[in-house]
Amino acid sequence: MQNSLREFMLVGDATADIPQIADGRFGFADGGKTRTLRRTWLDTFDWRLFLAGLTLELRAGRGTAELILTGRDGELIAAERTGAQSAPRASEWQPRWPCTADGLPLGPLREHLAPVIGVRALLPVARATSVLTQHRAVNADDKTIAVLTMDQMAVTYPERATVPPRLSVGALRGYQAQSARLADALALAPGLTTALRAPFESVLAAAGRKPGDYTGKIDVQLTQAMPAALAVATVLGGLFDTVEANRAGAIRDIDTEFLHDLRVAVRRTRSVLKTVGEVLPAGLTSHYRPEFKWLGDLTTPTRDLDVYLLGYRSMAARLVAATDDELRPFHDHLQRQRASARRELTRGLRSARFARLASQWREALAQVATAPARRPATGKLAARQIARAHKRVISDGGAITPGSPPECLHELRKRCKELRYLLEIFASLHDPAEQWQAVNELKSLQDCLGEFQDNEVQQAELRRFAAQMMADRSAPAATLLAMGEIAATLAVRQQRARNEFSGRFAEFASPRGLARIGALTAAAR
Amino acid sequence: MKILATFNIKGGVGKTATAVNIGYLAARDGYRVLLWDLDPQAAATYLFRVRPRVKGGGKALIAGKRLVDDAIKATDFENLDLMPADFTYRHLDLHLDSERDSTRALRGLLAPLRREYDLVVLDCPPSISLLSENVLHAADVLLVPLIPTTLSVRTLDQLTEFVAGFDGRRPQILAFFSMIDRRKRLHLQIAQELPSRRDDIAATAIPAMSAIERMSVQRAPVTASAPRSAAARRYRELWDETRARCGLSPPPAPPGGR
Repeated sequence: MQNSLREFMLVGDATADIPQIADGRFGFADGGKTRTLRRTWLDTFDWRLFLAGLTLELRAGRGTAELILTGRDGELIAAERTGAQSAPRASEWQPRWPCTADGLPLGPLREHLAPVIGVRALLPVARATSVLTQHRAVNADDKTIAVLTMDQMAVTYPERATVPPRLSVGALRGYQAQSARLADALALAPGLTTALRAPFESVLAAAGRKPGDYTGKIDVQLTQAMPAALAVATVLGGLFDTVEANRAGAIRDIDTEFLHDLRVAVRRTRSVLKTVGEVLPAGLTSHYRPEFKWLGDLTTPTRDLDVYLLGYRSMAARLVAATDDELRPFHDHLQRQRASARRELTRGLRSARFARLASQWREALAQVATAPARRPATGKLAARQIARAHKRVISDGGAITPGSPPECLHELRKRCKELRYLLEIFASLHDPAEQWQAVNELKSLQDCLGEFQDNEVQQAELRRFAAQMMADRSAPAATLLAMGEIAATLAVRQQRARNEFSGRFAEFASPRGLARIGALTAAAR
Repeated sequence: MKILATFNIKGGVGKTATAVNIGYLAARDGYRVLLWDLDPQAAATYLFRVRPRVKGGGKALIAGKRLVDDAIKATDFENLDLMPADFTYRHLDLHLDSERDSTRALRGLLAPLRREYDLVVLDCPPSISLLSENVLHAADVLLVPLIPTTLSVRTLDQLTEFVAGFDGRRPQILAFFSMIDRRKRLHLQIAQELPSRRDDIAATAIPAMSAIERMSVQRAPVTASAPRSAAARRYRELWDETRARCGLSPPPAPPGGR
């Protein structure tokens, strides 16, 4: 049994002939075995596997294919044989990308992947063809002591590129010392250098991509002294990058998170325009706010249905009186509704209105960036707006009593979102520990308000769905009863959130919390 | 992990040829196989081109001063590892005798390997000894090569009787005719008649063939060096029959499935 001991890369015009590299210092069995592998590396759009230190690769050779999950040091975690595309067998699982965890075959591989990728789909992030030539290093008895493999790889996706050949020394059990000696000798051979990157990383680098290059989070670096208009335009540019990065995935419906990330970026854009848009040139904010409202509204119906469908399994599992089967027509109804909502969504995302918005918005932001610097400075603006938004949350929240109508909590939730987005877009100006703590405390209050409102909205929608299904005659009585049971559960959860509100708010408005925001906004005073 | 031993108190009956070919075929089928060459003559070790030496010798192994794990060598075949022979194995009886449970020490030594291997093949030296008794207690299956003679069949009966006297677990015995000389009428007659009369004798028989003898020149199992030869076909049949009759579970899934 063999494991990889050391890996080298060939640099310059070094020869790929193994016996020649070893320069006669070791014996090699006659003739090298050559085989070709088609390799596909997979990850989610937001690189969840890479961020978790995992690499997933589909290796397809002649008549065989295997999906292999390895850890940070290349150690095997799980593998699954799959149907070879050249000779598929009916009983074997056929890889089809994109693929969510539910689409993977049951087994250890799926068990490892499911918690990491969550609802996201696996997509090919790179493809390459490897021509592997193997030579056996042998001792005087012609016994193999190490296996040397030359991997000549051509990258075919995301761009065509070549990577320097890699030479790996595989140690055989019981012959580690001999193979280590061989590897040491190779390390001194001209034209060879120790490979510092995994093959996957080399392939991506050759194709001009960096793992982890997408994040749904706001990722901009601002400075205190930067003109505020430039800072805001930079943030808005970054948010529109996220919109555009997710547009194709949302149209193709690869997984629900493309639309989610797109929608959050739009919501953040609208919030930025509302809270700090005043620093942008006159008329820009008022012109684009309705456009982004249109884009946000376009995403709402599909996202609401996604939330229902994503939570459907746990919703069905909580049923006490009704059964899963009785709820099934509701699921089918949700799917029909979603299909129709998605048609509307994709029409909008492909529309001339969207294309116009994209090009004009980019142009407008570019003009802001090149305009002469104007006051205020970013630090001042951030401190002032955060302090203002925080004050509003404290005063609106403090006015809520047990008798306040639900609308007051809904309004407070909006104010909290504005504060949260301000904290996030100006995060690079703050001490990371203080910033993290402030966001965390706010998040706890937001979770409570979100639970309250989401449950209310879902109850209202459930009633609307029930009415639609009655009108379509697609709802048996048992289904409506099951939906009634779900509505009751939602009402209980909403009430629980309502009961928790005063405690969560008191924690947020505590002297410690106030002091933290005070420190972040000291520049405004 | 199943333990299969090629066993006969007589020498030169084809134990080593059987062990290396069965081990190779099992590995090819996807079983993770360890072949332990217990014979100080080290024929199996020689066939796999491995040096017949274990650091500390048999004494350190039996006393637990050196782990079996440390002495294992990879062969040139995927899934097939070898525990080499060592000339000090000639004294294994003495070392086993000093152990507390002297007849079951070998099984204890193999126990830590059960996650790593699906099949262990023991290639035993010809003798009746404490080591033989250890092999009989360790094995799940005894594969007994028999030269088709009346006396050979008698030794099978003796072995069966001896094993039947064990308390608790007993290995399954599967004999097969080996080294059949087609020119000898008695060989042909016994090899033809007995398998239908006795259910502990396999239907597959391995004739005496020069290809099998040439293994020592090729230094590889005939099933690897000449997979389409008549000899290789016979060993394939023997392995298939052994697997079916001894209820060995199918080869495990690839690495991740384990």
